[in-house]
Amino acid sequence: MSARHARESASPGALAVEAPRTRVRALAGATKIFAGATLALLMSLAHAIDPMPFKDAAEEARFRALAAELRCVLCQNQSLADSNAGIAQDLRREVFDLMRQGRSDEQIKTFLTDRYTDFVLYKPRAAGRTLLVWLGPAAVLLAGAIAVAVIVRRRARAAGTQLPPASEEDW
Amino acid sequence: MMRRLLPLIVFALLGGLLYAGIRLAQTRDPNEIPSPLIGKPVPAFALPLLHEAGRTVTDQDLLGRPYVLNVWGSWCPSCRIEHPFVAALAKTGKIRVIGFNYKDEGEDALRWLGQFGNPYEFSLVDRDGRVAIDFGVTAAPETFVVDAQGVLRVKITGPVTPEIISTKILPLAEGSR
Repeated sequence: MSARHARESASPGALAVEAPRTRVRALAGATKIFAGATLALLMSLAHAIDPMPFKDAAEEARFRALAAELRCVLCQNQSLADSNAGIAQDLRREVFDLMRQGRSDEQIKTFLTDRYTDFVLYKPRAAGRTLLVWLGPAAVLLAGAIAVAVIVRRRARAAGTQLPPASEEDW
Repeated sequence: MMRRLLPLIVFALLGGLLYAGIRLAQTRDPNEIPSPLIGKPVPAFALPLLHEAGRTVTDQDLLGRPYVLNVWGSWCPSCRIEHPFVAALAKTGKIRVIGFNYKDEGEDALRWLGQFGNPYEFSLVDRDGRVAIDFGVTAAPETFVVDAQGVLRVKITGPVTPEIISTKILPLAEGSR
C-alpha cells in the first residue's frame, strides 16, 4: 500500500520520503515478531518446574502449591518451585514421587524436615519457636504504635496549655 | 537526662547486636543447615560400587568400623580443591575413607579418579541422587563421619580442610577414644 502511495505521489521528493517510511514500517513489523517470539520463548522458561507427567490439573496445582511452600536448600532465597539448582530438581522429583505414593502434604513436609530440618519449609509451621516469626512483627508494630501514642499524648498535653498568641495576621 | 541519653543507649544496643551478628557469621557459615540426622543411625542404603557395578554395598556391611563418607562428583570443582586433603586423610590410615559418587557418569568419575588419584577404599554410586536426599545432601562436596555402631556423628558441608579433618574427623577415628 505504501508502494502505491509512493507511485501516486507527485514529486520525486515525496517518493524519497515514502520509501524510507516503508522500510521503517517493515522493520517495525519484523521487530514485533522477533520480540514476540523471544518473549514466548522466555515465558516458557520462566517456570523452573521441569515437565512432570501430571495426570490432571488438580495434581499439578497441588504440586505447584507444595513446591512454592518449600525452600530450595541450596539457593536458600528461592522456593523449590523457582530454583534451578540440581538439588531443587531432585527434590521436586522426590515430592512428585511422594505425591504419587499417596502421601499427604503434611507427610511430604515431614519427610523433608526429617532430612533438612524445618528450614526447608518456606512457610514455617506456627508452633514453638516459629511463633516468634509469625507474631513478632505484629508485636513490634503494636509496641511501636503504643510508644508513638504515648509520646504524642505527652507532647499534646505539654503544648496544650499554651495557646499560640492571637495575631492580626492570621493566615 | 535519661531521655537525652535514650538514643545513645538504643544505638549502643543496636551496635552490640551488629557486633554479635558479625562475630557469629565469622565463626560459622550462615547458609549451613544443621543436620537433623546427627546422632541417629545412618540412613539405610544399598548402592553399587563404581569399580564393580555388579557389587552392592549396604549400610549394614559397613558396621564395625568408623568411616568417612565423602560426597564427590567429577563435575564438582570444590571436590578437586579438597581432593588432596581427602587423599592425605586416607593416607594416614586412621579411618576408612569411602567415596560417594553423586549424580555423576561412571565414565567421567573413573576418568576423574584416574586423573587426580583415587583416595577412596571404594566409591558408592548414587547416580540419581535419591540416596543423597536421605542423607540431607544439598550439594557436593559434603562429608559424613559414621561411627562403628553405624551412627551418623558428623556432617561437613563444603570442602574439608586440614583443620576440619583434625578437629572433626580424626577424633572419631578408631583408637582415638
